Amino acid sequence: MKTKLFSYSQLDTFIHRLSGLTKLICFLFLTTSVMLTFDIRIILGIMVLSLILFKVAKIEFKKVRLMFIYVFIFLVTNFFLTYLFSPMYGVEIYGTCHEVFRFNSHYIVTLEQLFYQITKFSKYLSVIPLGLIFFFTTNPSEFASSLNSVGINYRACSAVSLTLRYFPDVQRDYHTISLAQQARGIEMSKKEKVIKRLKNMTNILIPLIFSTLDRVELITNAMDLRGYGKNKKRTWYSYKKLDRNDYLSLFVCLMVLVFTLFMRFAVTKNLFFNPFI
Amino acid sequence: MKKSIFSTKTIVATGLGGALFMVLFMFVKVPSPVPETNLQLAYAISGFFGLLFGPVAGGLIAFIGHALSDFLSYGSPWWSWVVASGVAGAIGGVAYLKSKTDIEQGEFDVKTFVIWNVIANAVAWVVVAPVLDIVMYAEPVSLVFTQGAVAFIMDAIVVVVVGGALAFAYAKTKTKEGSLSKK
Repeated sequence: MKTKLFSYSQLDTFIHRLSGLTKLICFLFLTTSVMLTFDIRIILGIMVLSLILFKVAKIEFKKVRLMFIYVFIFLVTNFFLTYLFSPMYGVEIYGTCHEVFRFNSHYIVTLEQLFYQITKFSKYLSVIPLGLIFFFTTNPSEFASSLNSVGINYRACSAVSLTLRYFPDVQRDYHTISLAQQARGIEMSKKEKVIKRLKNMTNILIPLIFSTLDRVELITNAMDLRGYGKNKKRTWYSYKKLDRNDYLSLFVCLMVLVFTLFMRFAVTKNLFFNPFI
Repeated sequence: MKKSIFSTKTIVATGLGGALFMVLFMFVKVPSPVPETNLQLAYAISGFFGLLFGPVAGGLIAFIGHALSDFLSYGSPWWSWVVASGVAGAIGGVAYLKSKTDIEQGEFDVKTFVIWNVIANAVAWVVVAPVLDIVMYAEPVSLVFTQGAVAFIMDAIVVVVVGGALAFAYAKTKTKEGSLSKK
């Protein structure tokens, strides 16, 4: 229950000094590169890059350990599920079949399948540090301004910043209401049957939602009274100007994306890098 | 009452609804028998807010809430499902425009709500999520369609049952215009 929202810490590293806009665009460039490729060489390259950046940003591993464990469990389940559902997918993709051993006639372990699944595994793993870096080094109030700078409607940006602002409040309310309901004897743990549990949870939702709706009323009035939404554009208090380092980082990340596209369409000419031919 | 889909109130409702969605998405999970899928109460929020404030609010609540909670719990969003959440919220929110009676007047149009939310979840989980999974992450076809079908059934149930219960409770707090008469 004690998740701190954005353990954003004000440090003075190269990455902290970059503007939020740069970090957002670089994050998008790098994750798009990973998304567009199934070439393990590029994926591993980006993984190394992101781990170096992780070090540069001075994020303590202690803070993210739990998250890594969750992600790891998730990826391992995905790994086994993939195999369970389509054990011959790798053979289908790479067109060759190097058998390692077989459980039975359907479940055969092939080098192709292992290669496909390891590639996929590292593909997911490599973007995680990037997301963490972005969230741990970007000031939450600068986040909305950077979203606005990439051309997203400022009303949607305001919605995002309101979400970030009110998440801790709602979380606290939820916790209080949940304890109050439990004190009344409403069971919400695994001891109760699923249907009954769903019903009991709805009992928490009703006060939670009604207090939120009251708050919506209040904040809307406050914003309307201050003339929110009168103009087509607005400026941001926390906007940071781009400097030399920003352009440099943008250029490097753009090059990674271009290189990925170049490899995909000019060198391997296929989504999958195939070491088997 | 004029139905607006992008007023200040919509934005604030989106912001706070997004926060609610995040809290429920992260802390209130009822595990289902199929791995990697949970009974997510959060979709009742996007359905309910969609009914009250329209498709833009419904869609953005689910999109922002899902993306941010993924960021916080996994480091990086699983974009295909985030987009699918947004689609479900947005189509479900059409019920706001199509409702024949006004919920602010205490009359909840159950049929429209159920129909649009079932359509929304079908499109999102049986079409959008698996297709994006295949295109973006090259996941095996049979796996993603099984997961999609399970997600569709569970989310549709959550939205209709829990979201519907919330809408009934909300409608009860509203009174119809001119419902008082002089004796």
